[in-house]
Amino acid sequence: MTTTTASRDNTTDNERPMIELKGLNKWYGDFHVLRDINLSVRKGERIVICGPSGSGKSTMIRCINHLEEHQEGDIVVNGMPLTQDIKQIEAIRRNVGMVFQHFNLFPHLTVLENCCLAPIWVQKRPRKEAEAEAMQYLERVRIADQAHKFPGQLSGGQQQRVAIARSLCLSPEVMLFDEPTSALDPEMIKEVLDVMVELANEGMTMLCVTHEMGFAKTVADRVIFMDQGQIIEENAPEPFFNNPQSERTQLFLSQILGH
Amino acid sequence: MSIEKTPSRVTEKMIDARSAPSDSIGTIAWLRTNLFAGPINTLFTLFACYLIYLLIVPSLQWALIDANWSGTTRADCTGEGACWVFISARLDQFIYGFYPEELTWRVDIVFAIFAALVAWLAIPNMPVKGLVAIATLAVFPFIAFFLLHGGSFGLEVVGTHEWGGLMLTLVLAVVGIVAALPMGILLAMGRRSDMPIVKSICVVFIEFWRGVPLITVLFMASVMLPLFVPGEVNLDKLVRALIGITLFQSAYMAEVVRGGLQAIPNGQTEAGVALGLGYWRNMGLIVLPQALKLMIPGIVNTFIALFKDTSLVLIIGLFDLLAIVQAGLADPKWLGYSIEGYAFVALIFWVFCFSMSRYSQYLERLLHTGHKKR
Repeated sequence: MTTTTASRDNTTDNERPMIELKGLNKWYGDFHVLRDINLSVRKGERIVICGPSGSGKSTMIRCINHLEEHQEGDIVVNGMPLTQDIKQIEAIRRNVGMVFQHFNLFPHLTVLENCCLAPIWVQKRPRKEAEAEAMQYLERVRIADQAHKFPGQLSGGQQQRVAIARSLCLSPEVMLFDEPTSALDPEMIKEVLDVMVELANEGMTMLCVTHEMGFAKTVADRVIFMDQGQIIEENAPEPFFNNPQSERTQLFLSQILGH
Repeated sequence: MSIEKTPSRVTEKMIDARSAPSDSIGTIAWLRTNLFAGPINTLFTLFACYLIYLLIVPSLQWALIDANWSGTTRADCTGEGACWVFISARLDQFIYGFYPEELTWRVDIVFAIFAALVAWLAIPNMPVKGLVAIATLAVFPFIAFFLLHGGSFGLEVVGTHEWGGLMLTLVLAVVGIVAALPMGILLAMGRRSDMPIVKSICVVFIEFWRGVPLITVLFMASVMLPLFVPGEVNLDKLVRALIGITLFQSAYMAEVVRGGLQAIPNGQTEAGVALGLGYWRNMGLIVLPQALKLMIPGIVNTFIALFKDTSLVLIIGLFDLLAIVQAGLADPKWLGYSIEGYAFVALIFWVFCFSMSRYSQYLERLLHTGHKKR
């Protein structure tokens, strides 16, 4: 990566965690939304975060690229500490791709323009080169034939795949997924999950907030259960689903799996 | 009693699409549903047609059929219809004001360049639009100033007190429009800013200028401003009026723009920010293009209001189109032709405002990127 403005420590890529959250606390006004979160994610690790709504899952991953501001604790991404310095924040954002629940594609730009915007304006790459690479990513998410359409002309599943390609165009080290399939019709969930599975198999470091437990079982290295702003339980998928330790986790799993 | 078996069925043949029944589409169907839907509806339609007939026929009779078109003095008018001789005899003055007659070619050149530039920008798919836009904003104002005002390159100086008529109206409107839009955008962004000082400055500015009538602003600009600025600074009266109009309209524009900015979902900014775009790029590439498209009706509304408000400068002694026609009506040689004069002014204003309105509707359709396009 060519993040020249950001400061880094000297440990090598293998021993250093890709993301580290230490003693993270956040309040919305008086409401304590994240309580003493500690989490370390290795390079190439795939993590699924689940939990009831309002448990702080989304807020936690949104803190990692500073879409939300935390009040206490430290966040280090790929060796770069997240500070108040806007240069440092932008450097981290270039390393971290994000996929939103509601896709958030830019409706006034075509699919290809959506993908090329950041490479051209943030990485200052020539348009031709950026377009060629964007087409490769669109190919990978199997939507290259729609490159010149506008987002409003695509289905939800197609839009979400474009959103994934758009994030990949900056060649991020980490991908954050904030409930990527929650706004989709059942028919379209699979096409998005397939793309995410492929991405996971290629070794991308991923943090996924999702309720797709099938995805968690097949892909995740670790499953994290959050409730009331805390990490309640954290385990490999097999023991997590078959033998949950906490009562709260057992209740949650019985509710989402038991119907 | 036996329970009836639930009937099962399977559709094997898919139904092909057919065209809609002929009496539900087309002109006849439209007339039937909109004008002659029932007895009362039909009655209203016929009554409305009669009213239109009562209004239109005498107007056309007066304005076109019985009107006098050629001649030079009021003796050429029969008095049965409109006397357009009044307009044609004074047309030069209505267009150029008191601009010296032998120098009006300079105004004509400015008009011609401006019309060409606007046409270039307005027609889709013209080449090098970006370059032309920069030329229009950065080069044309200087050319226009040197040609209209003179004073260099051997051109005789024509002071702004000699400017007037349609030319002055256009100068006021174009400068006002071109300056008020970017100022309004900056003010709106400032008002939505997280920085408390920037925000409060913008709020105070907007609320102050929106709270005073334009006439007061113009009076203050022409009467009070000279009292406050040091004696050696002598701002031209036209410049003062322009500053007043621009500040006034930029406050209105700011609120239109703010409405548009608020309509863009937060997710758009978040997506841009997550891609590493900074504030200005996020605004310029993502938020403003979408917001401006939504704001076209509001912006053009403000433009049209601004265009018509320029006629208020007559109260500080600037002779815009309306003022100069009024002055012509006071001429003893042409007493009694005020209907023709005001109709002419109304027509000119209407043509400009209606063009802006139509072009904005065309732009809205052009920029529509939903399901319909392609």
